Amino acid sequence: MSTIQIDRVSRWYGNVVAVNDVSMTVGPGVTGLLGPNGAGKSTLIHLMAGFLPASSGSVTLDGAAVWHNEGVYRRIGLVPEREAMYDFMTGWQFTLANATLHGLPDPGAAATRALDTVEMAFAKDRRLETYSKGMKQRVKMAAALVHDPAVLLLDEPFNGMDPRQRLQLMALIRRMGADGRTVLFSSHILEEVEQVASHIEVVVAGRHAASGDFRAIRRLMIDRPHMFLIRSSDDRELAAALIADGSTAAVELDARERALRVQAVDFQRFVALLPRLAREHGLRLYEVSPSDESLESVFSYLVAT
Amino acid sequence: MNATVAAITWRAMVGRRRALLLLALPFVLLAFAATLRLAGVADAGSARIVLGAFALGTLVPLLGLIIGTGVIGPEIDDGSIVYLLSKPVSRLSIVLTKLAVATACIVLFAVLPTLLAGLLMAGNDRGLAVGYAAGGLVGGVAYCALFLLLGVISRHAVVIGLLYALLWETLIGGYVPGARTLSVQQWAVSLTSSLVDEGTVHADVRLAAAVPLLVVVTVGATVLAGQRLRSLTLAGED
Repeated sequence: MSTIQIDRVSRWYGNVVAVNDVSMTVGPGVTGLLGPNGAGKSTLIHLMAGFLPASSGSVTLDGAAVWHNEGVYRRIGLVPEREAMYDFMTGWQFTLANATLHGLPDPGAAATRALDTVEMAFAKDRRLETYSKGMKQRVKMAAALVHDPAVLLLDEPFNGMDPRQRLQLMALIRRMGADGRTVLFSSHILEEVEQVASHIEVVVAGRHAASGDFRAIRRLMIDRPHMFLIRSSDDRELAAALIADGSTAAVELDARERALRVQAVDFQRFVALLPRLAREHGLRLYEVSPSDESLESVFSYLVAT
Repeated sequence: MNATVAAITWRAMVGRRRALLLLALPFVLLAFAATLRLAGVADAGSARIVLGAFALGTLVPLLGLIIGTGVIGPEIDDGSIVYLLSKPVSRLSIVLTKLAVATACIVLFAVLPTLLAGLLMAGNDRGLAVGYAAGGLVGGVAYCALFLLLGVISRHAVVIGLLYALLWETLIGGYVPGARTLSVQQWAVSLTSSLVDEGTVHADVRLAAAVPLLVVVTVGATVLAGQRLRSLTLAGED
């Protein structure tokens, strides 16, 4: 059982702040690091993996600093985002080399076990350059698991995978977490994270925005003001009916768009209310579309609270 | 030293198309030497010119550049070095191992061809073949250590290395005698000069200065490369 402790960590490059005063504790089980692209997820993983020094604050694994400490790699397995491997090697040679570099007593057995775990034994004698993206991802995983590490860090492991590979990898990650390993993976897709992670850390624009299990994160995302764009047979009448109810905070008649812009504060109640009102007033709804459903707006809301 | 790092580095260096690039220059040298011999104009005088200008002056620095940066630069560029660095292996031993592989390559692609070309042209008349091969070896190792360091600290190692070899050693060294004191090539020439018959090869740098400078540059660059590799940061996508 290992714990990564990030304590008031900032990391900047010149004038650009990539990670801004983040504190979090990553313990056993699967943690998802969720955030839009460019939020600093990769930077955080590099900080945790000892490949980047913090500009301020400290990153420790079970109390020991990870930067400038080659010994931590006995307990850390890292699955990097980048594709590049030693492409001229076969899957077996690559995994074996990783086992040997760890100085394991029986590297052959360790490599076999790791390749079995990721179900890549069937292709182990093929060169890495002939592998598909999903196969490469699994061999990268085997290389990271070869020394049976307590901590597994995965940078965007689902990127570019097809649905079947995704499901396989999700099952594997879940199993790693159930074994008592401390598993952390990054992703920008909430659905992906909540299917695998028991705990979610949200980062946005370098800041730690939220933390909790997926229900807590879901709730935060749902219980926020939602913006809707609505077109109906009589926008003005609908506006009057909507503002009379407590589930909306603002209703605007957008003359140019010939539509209503509605800010709903109680999402559940509003979505039930809208069709009922339309029926009661004999109005036709031509369009109801969420106007700020992009992940970015969800995240920026999380940061603001 | 680490056998696994050595095996990976060796395969990356000679297992692929790059090996052809490494073979091209020594091939030209040997072909040239053979041509001179067949034409009947090969003697100690022509051997001294060919070995001095082409072997020690061009082959060794260029191969030192290609090999020294090649044993580590591409891995850092494409990020695959992460698989070596995410291991409990001392960074200095990674650098030392890569330098050992680079040395093996230099011997294979520069020192042995120099020796062979020398023998082909003039036997070992006046010790020229052995002298230039020995100079090529120490110079080659120093170049490799220097350019390996450059490969660790800069993504533009090849360009900077070329500027050093062409501008500093060849151009400035050619016109400004003082610059030769700080030139790997001149230190190698100094060693060669001490090994061949007296008065055969002129050296600008005394052996008493050249040897310590070679040692300091080789050892210093290696230790520094180990330190820089320890602090290597891998840039993420964001």
